[in-house]
Amino acid sequence: MQGDEIIYKKYSRHMSEVRKKTLELISEAAPLMGGEPVNVSMSGSAGLGIAESTGIPFVQEVFATGEVVKRLEPDTTAVIELGGEDAKIIFFAGGVDERMNGSCAGGTGAFIDQMATLLDVTADEMDELSLGATRIYPIASRCGVFAKTDIQPLLNQGARKEDVAASIYQAVVNQTIAGLAQGRRITGKVLFLGGPLYYNKGLRIRFKETLGLSDEEAIFPDYALYAVAMGAAVYGSRTGFSATPDEISEKIRDSINSYTGRDRLPPLFSSKEEYDEFCIRHAGADVASIDIADYTGNAWLGIDCGSTTTKLALLTENRELIYTYYSSNRGNPVELIRERLGEIYELCGDRIKICGSAVTGYGEELIKNAFSIDVGVVETIAHYTAASRFCPDVDFILDIGGQDIKCFKIKNGAIDSIMLNEACSSGCGSFIETFARSMGYDIADFAERGLHAKAPVNLGSRCTVFMNSSVKQSQKDGATVEDISAGLSVSVVKNAIYKVIRAGSADELGEHVVVQGGTFYNDAVLRAFERELGKNVIRPAIAGLMGAYGAALYCMDMGVRESSIISKEALASFTHKSKSAVCGGCANHCRLTVNTFGDGKRFISGNQCQRGLGIEVSEEIPNLHAKKRDMFEAMRKEDDEMAKISPSKKGTVGLPLALGMYELLPLWNELFRNLGFDVKISNFSTRRTYEKGQFSIPSDTACYPAKIMHGHIEELIEDGVDAIFYPCLTYNVDEHKSDNHYNCPVVAYYSELLAGNVDDLAKVKFLYPFLNINDKTELARELYTAIDGAFPHSVTKADMKRAVAAAYGAYEAHMDEVRRSGERAIEYAHAHNMPIMILAGRPYHIDPEIGHGIDKLAVSLGFVVLSEDSVYHLAERVPVRILNQWTYHARLYRAAKYASLHDDTQLVQLVSFGCGVDAITTDEVRSILEGSGKLYTQIKIDEITNQGAVKIRLRSLIGALERKQADKAANA
Amino acid sequence: MATSKKTDKTYVPFTKEMISTHTILIPNMLPMHFKLIARVLEKVGYHVDVLETSGPEIAETGLKYVHNDTCYPAILVIGQFLDALGSGKYDPDRVALIQFQTGGGCRASNYIYLLRKALEKAGLPQVPVISMSLSGIERHPGFRISVPLMIKLLYAVFYGDLLLTLVNQTKPYEKNKGDAEALADEWTARLADEMDTGGHNYKAVKANYRKMIHSFLEIPTDRSVKKTKVGIVGEIYVKYSPLGNNGLADFLVEEGAEPVMPGLLDFCLYCVYNNILDYKLYRMNGKVRALYKIAYKYLVARERDMIDIMNEESDGVLMPPTLFTHTIDLVQGYIGMGVKMGEGWLLTAEMLELADKGVNNIVCTQPFGCLPNHICGKGMMKPIKAKNPDINIVAIDYDAGATRVNQENRIKLMLANAKEQST
Repeated sequence: MQGDEIIYKKYSRHMSEVRKKTLELISEAAPLMGGEPVNVSMSGSAGLGIAESTGIPFVQEVFATGEVVKRLEPDTTAVIELGGEDAKIIFFAGGVDERMNGSCAGGTGAFIDQMATLLDVTADEMDELSLGATRIYPIASRCGVFAKTDIQPLLNQGARKEDVAASIYQAVVNQTIAGLAQGRRITGKVLFLGGPLYYNKGLRIRFKETLGLSDEEAIFPDYALYAVAMGAAVYGSRTGFSATPDEISEKIRDSINSYTGRDRLPPLFSSKEEYDEFCIRHAGADVASIDIADYTGNAWLGIDCGSTTTKLALLTENRELIYTYYSSNRGNPVELIRERLGEIYELCGDRIKICGSAVTGYGEELIKNAFSIDVGVVETIAHYTAASRFCPDVDFILDIGGQDIKCFKIKNGAIDSIMLNEACSSGCGSFIETFARSMGYDIADFAERGLHAKAPVNLGSRCTVFMNSSVKQSQKDGATVEDISAGLSVSVVKNAIYKVIRAGSADELGEHVVVQGGTFYNDAVLRAFERELGKNVIRPAIAGLMGAYGAALYCMDMGVRESSIISKEALASFTHKSKSAVCGGCANHCRLTVNTFGDGKRFISGNQCQRGLGIEVSEEIPNLHAKKRDMFEAMRKEDDEMAKISPSKKGTVGLPLALGMYELLPLWNELFRNLGFDVKISNFSTRRTYEKGQFSIPSDTACYPAKIMHGHIEELIEDGVDAIFYPCLTYNVDEHKSDNHYNCPVVAYYSELLAGNVDDLAKVKFLYPFLNINDKTELARELYTAIDGAFPHSVTKADMKRAVAAAYGAYEAHMDEVRRSGERAIEYAHAHNMPIMILAGRPYHIDPEIGHGIDKLAVSLGFVVLSEDSVYHLAERVPVRILNQWTYHARLYRAAKYASLHDDTQLVQLVSFGCGVDAITTDEVRSILEGSGKLYTQIKIDEITNQGAVKIRLRSLIGALERKQADKAANA
Repeated sequence: MATSKKTDKTYVPFTKEMISTHTILIPNMLPMHFKLIARVLEKVGYHVDVLETSGPEIAETGLKYVHNDTCYPAILVIGQFLDALGSGKYDPDRVALIQFQTGGGCRASNYIYLLRKALEKAGLPQVPVISMSLSGIERHPGFRISVPLMIKLLYAVFYGDLLLTLVNQTKPYEKNKGDAEALADEWTARLADEMDTGGHNYKAVKANYRKMIHSFLEIPTDRSVKKTKVGIVGEIYVKYSPLGNNGLADFLVEEGAEPVMPGLLDFCLYCVYNNILDYKLYRMNGKVRALYKIAYKYLVARERDMIDIMNEESDGVLMPPTLFTHTIDLVQGYIGMGVKMGEGWLLTAEMLELADKGVNNIVCTQPFGCLPNHICGKGMMKPIKAKNPDINIVAIDYDAGATRVNQENRIKLMLANAKEQST
């Protein structure tokens, strides 16, 4: 820059070769500077490393942006800047306030690139698509991995790409506003900077609309791409540091060799011999295949419609492969499979007859309906069937696919336990692939380079977002593409072993390990796995096709001889349309995707229960989650009724139905009623509730049940209550079956956070006294102080004593009814010979938005559903290895104990993402269940609603149970 | 095997015989404090090693043996222990571990149990883990803290706090790099020796305060350039431990800032005071209340002494800690004093204490996903900023997967703004 004028500018991706690219650009610009000394400073996270080793002044990038905006557009009120991996907001009004996203955050350029890859379009094409959107889907915006979990099922269910593209942009907008503005309103003249905002028109539109900005207020300057560099120039002129272009280049060139070498791993192969041995060994695990043109006879088809890829396998009577297909979904699996089926019919001609077909994977139901496939197979069963062909005595299968990591332990020929990755650790195949592409390589080439890395970088193993920044760090340290590729492979492997499998040593995995899934085509991943485990494993040559192969085998084993699969003729006129709709069956308002096929057949997805399909739900099968909701609903109705008939002169007290209120609502409700107040209970949560309060959430890594509280508070304030009551309870109800009876810090003290962050609370009286709920006299004393303070002279001490006694009575009666209902449900299950599922978590997991309708899903799969608090009284205190000091968790252990003692009972643990306490409880619940040969299943939930993944888990559980039972019967 | 009366869990006790046969390993949270504590324990006959290992393999070992969603301090502490046990340096049959415990509703109360689970997983169930806590959750016949020993340990905390303060306030200005650290090491050795002699009473402690302050003031410094003071608050382990916070204090010094860290005594006072509050809020712990009140008064008086001496001796050059009673006053109106899990209200109070002293730039450190800090740290930033508009707080998450470059970049942003404000 010369003064305020730019004399040279260029925007170019460095593809991890930071120094090389910098030198290139400097030499390009050098003639303009005429060899004279210029002021210089560097910015950006990769610039930090160069600045450090060259001694060129460094300026933090957000600060740099602030500098340039203050100079060029002094009347700006706020700047929103999205970079490759960071998002920033700067507020200028009332003192400069500069903010960057925290460590757990998506919504950046890299995120948009990843999403485009998912849609199988370029970033530009995605932008183009977004302009044709007609609706916006809710997509979790907190983190890229979460968003992916929302998007993938949408695509697989046939949602329009246009809508998904716009929804992705909306997620970026929500993330920026919720995560960074945190309650501070963005108004006035807003400047939008950075690459993603410069290139993506659709993103701009979403920002403008969401923030309600006019054309004059929303500014998208032409220098959006260069703001940081301009800021660095401005800063450079102030530092006084100057050098000629040649001097700068020289400094940078010299710094190339000053690489620090911290935190590296040994190479994947120590010698050429080792590599050769590896290649020969793995070439052995192959499947016989013959040319389809040479075959005449019967055949069986297996389809694996996975989250990111679709696989097909066609087998002969002798289980030889005659046709295989492996491809990315490209966002539309139905069309893809239609094409492939056409090809298969073509190849088969009149010689080959398809006798049976089976489908497995995320898209199972859609594909089954679309093409009248004979059998749907649970993924886990399909994979086991396939793996046992390669290694009959396999005792561990690890499958790393595009989106999932699945592991099963096999014992006595049956699946003994299943481990699946959680929403947050999907650091799987698609991650490496996206990364490879973003660095300008195709995956095969990228993997190949990794194999021969000299010093793989250590990238950590927590989550892909963190890996992104680890890569950034290693780039700063001068790592090569080879090292990064190998490092990524090691990370994916470590993630699988330590996070998903949770193995302490290789021996825990057993003797015979089979690895599969498309990711294992990557030899670097395979090698990293063997290295980490310290033993050799089997990788079938068809690693990526195992699901399809297994499905075909399964179908053969089932004895299917006459296939219902769509005929060649029908296929020719096959059409598929999808449109979205909202279900009106209940208050949940599930967003449905309605698929219509050429023959008029319809397939509906997105529904949480059978109602969306037009089927009446049986109300008879006991579901304690629903029962408890009904009880609360009845309380709410009664309160509203009473307030209508005879409004209280004392005022209305609002009770937010979230967190600990799910436990003590009967108590507080009765207390205030008894004291003569009107009571207003907030409604069950919906996504809308969350969005309503989202802007005042200060910590985006808190659990969803806590974050949703903000919306309940807003709702009660809108309802016009006089006061809101959510007390601080360090101690929960003491049930005398644990070491202590704490609440978790979030349940206990969330009111303190609300008081400090929800501005609207100033409109009402917010009561959040510290209470001791285990001592009635003491409770009455504390409550009197609190209520008399807020509503002077409205109650007497005697009133309070009476009300507390009544409140306890109501609470005990309620809990008693819950427990009795639990017992009745068990009786019902026995009488009807039905299996029981304890959906165990916290009381607030029955909230329809938090629990995502998993209870209804379990009922539709044929279970009687219990909650932990309806069954724990039937088991004694459990000795656990950790400190049993939280009331809710003590119930959890006892519920697990009950399940472990009863053959017909399974327990599925619901865990909120970010629940620190559950990092401790899950291992204990697992060991209680596994101690008596039960399967442990955990479902992590957050704002994401991936019904498909939940279904697979529950169905795998059922599948494994059936197999166990069959084995038992066979042995008897 | 012994069984805890409070929790009915069995554990391997540290027996009297083990005093002579076993080496006790201590995790390194506060380098100077723990070195002093180790020396005190050595003088009464224990073999002690403060672990000073660092490097990525520690977190990696931790991740292998602890649930990965568990807080980072547990991963590091357990990782450091197991890494040491696996190093071949110690005979697994002749080594014991110490774990500090404060109890309470935070999951940190579970560290000791997670450590034992990890030992079992690693095939080392025989290694005794000594629980060091005020509430006496377990009994270890070979490790009982007598009153004289208790007092020595407290002195170690006082000395440690003063050393920490002196080093932090000298290091950024020293002319010869390393002077402050070297002097601190010298004092650590000297103090440990002195504490072992019979005549080491509180009077001697106070005299030592003066000597320590003088000796640090004698270090050649250049205080003509005003440096940005940056407060460090947060979850206790990542706040203090260089292993936990990627050497945060040193990083700040390198960046031309002066780190300010409230001492460990504040945390001890906080623990004691919470027991008094339990009665005030809930009418709980009535019986032991009197005892806690005595302890509270004793400690506050000791803190006051240190502050007075610093003021007397340093002539305004050094900034003394804030008296705990004033810290309590400052936090009123921000957060309820009943918030007592983890660092609880003290965390909020320490940010206010710093602002009160004119330290307007604060790094609030926490392990990724720290439950109490959602409320006491990140949850209180908005009200603190509303009432103290000049304050600049940056929340930094520490974690096995979080990277230094991200953390440092955010701190640099804060520093850049701080410089802007001061000019």
